[in-house]
Amino acid sequence: MNGTAPSSRPELRDPLALRRAGLAVTALVLLWPLLHLAEFRPSTLLDPANLHVMASFVAGFLPPVVDREFLGYLLTATLQTLAMATAGMALAFAIAVPLALAATRVLSISSMGPADGRWRGRVVRQGVRTLMVLLRAVPEVVWALMFVRALGLGPAAGVLALAITYGGMLAKVYAEILEATDARPARALLQAGSGRIAALCFGLLPLAAEELVSYTVYRWECAVRAAVVMGFVGAGGLGQLMDQALKGFDPGQVSSISLVFAALVLLADAISLVLRKVLA
Amino acid sequence: MSLRLEGVVVVHANGRRALAGIDLDIAAGERVALIGPSGAGKTTLLRVAGASLRPTRGRASVLAADPWSLRAGVLKALRARIGFVHQAAPIPPRLRVVTAVLAGRLGRWSVGRALRSWLLPDDVAGARDALARVGLGERVFERCDQLSGGQLQRVAVARTLYQAPALLLADEPVSALDATTADTVLRELVGYSEAAGATFLASLHAVDLALRWFPRIVGVRDGAVLFDLPAAQVTPDRLAALYAGDHAAERDAPVTEPHGATPPFASA
Repeated sequence: MNGTAPSSRPELRDPLALRRAGLAVTALVLLWPLLHLAEFRPSTLLDPANLHVMASFVAGFLPPVVDREFLGYLLTATLQTLAMATAGMALAFAIAVPLALAATRVLSISSMGPADGRWRGRVVRQGVRTLMVLLRAVPEVVWALMFVRALGLGPAAGVLALAITYGGMLAKVYAEILEATDARPARALLQAGSGRIAALCFGLLPLAAEELVSYTVYRWECAVRAAVVMGFVGAGGLGQLMDQALKGFDPGQVSSISLVFAALVLLADAISLVLRKVLA
Repeated sequence: MSLRLEGVVVVHANGRRALAGIDLDIAAGERVALIGPSGAGKTTLLRVAGASLRPTRGRASVLAADPWSLRAGVLKALRARIGFVHQAAPIPPRLRVVTAVLAGRLGRWSVGRALRSWLLPDDVAGARDALARVGLGERVFERCDQLSGGQLQRVAVARTLYQAPALLLADEPVSALDATTADTVLRELVGYSEAAGATFLASLHAVDLALRWFPRIVGVRDGAVLFDLPAAQVTPDRLAALYAGDHAAERDAPVTEPHGATPPFASA
């Protein structure tokens, strides 16, 4: 600072150092009992007796079942799971987009004034945030169990369950991605009289598109896994097939199904990669 | 009267008083330059003039309307008639040049037309025309991240020309440009203001540019108007008083210089 005389000795110590050290220690103190509570003891994994049990368990999975009849079932179940995940995501997307737009502060015109609209906007945003919490508070499996009771066995229950929880999750993360994006372009457009939707398209989305797409594809991948899990409670697809294979003590079928899981995750990864390349 | 500020005081949320009672009348079609040391309140004054910042006290009348008594829809229409060239072009790098320019008219377009134009630019001729005026007519379909910083700033100027505002505001519009380009860009903005009869109010770091392109000069210091004079009456003495204690200005005299490195201790 040339020209201005410092009033006291210059501060050379990082003023945040103590607080950071404190936070790190607190985190460790809190996490340690949690690990105990979760009965996390890595040493038991390496116990020779346990290793032997695991080895024979894994050996039972080989070879995977590949007979024509089972593969037919497997294909149908895979398509059913994919359809459940995709339809659920589409509905969730339709729920999430308006919620995210309502919740994000970046596109608030009233924050520039007039002042009376400002607290109304705040109330709306808080309400929407509460709704988003409620949507994702209950795990999708619980919703699925309820909907299976109401709608009967099959993927329809899974689609609705996914739409509700994932709608809340997508909305929350979309809103957060938009808030973390540089707001100046959108703000400049709003200052020139643009509407919120137009400011979103011309100012915000060009900056946030890549992250939004990659998160959405990742969520689709999670939805595929969730669709499998919901199959166990009667929502059809790969999960139901897996449930039958496990109950029928057919490890070969279980491993075939697991191979399909792996392929689906790889597929999601490839889709994400391609989309990001297209958008970059 | 295109712009009338009466006793405008702005105290920012952090308690800092940016404007300490500004009175300013600017007639329609007038061209006025704001000069003064950094931290003097030029940007805040421009935001008040642009109906995007409400004064803490005092009255602001913009294009013959009090923006803060208008309903939301009318205020939006008023803002569509105000063009603002920012110090750093607020344009996402991923946008194509044509889309960045067309965004200038979003205030006048319906949502439907905006979305259509977002997917498929619908007035390429208009965008090309605005770009040609800043020497970028050939770059219509390139992406903004393929342009240099100076070219991007010219795209932002083209956007404002395409907007065709009645009140043209500019906050350090040419501080990131080289001397020749800065002159060209100011010529275009001044030319637009003359041709369209638009009022033009700009803050400038480079006093020589202010004196060359603006008939009326307003010197701002510590949030107040220090002088408000025809360009011919702005003497070196007055400039010395205006910039007294401002290190950046004293160091390299008032010439075209990059802005942004000055720490805000001058007014402390």
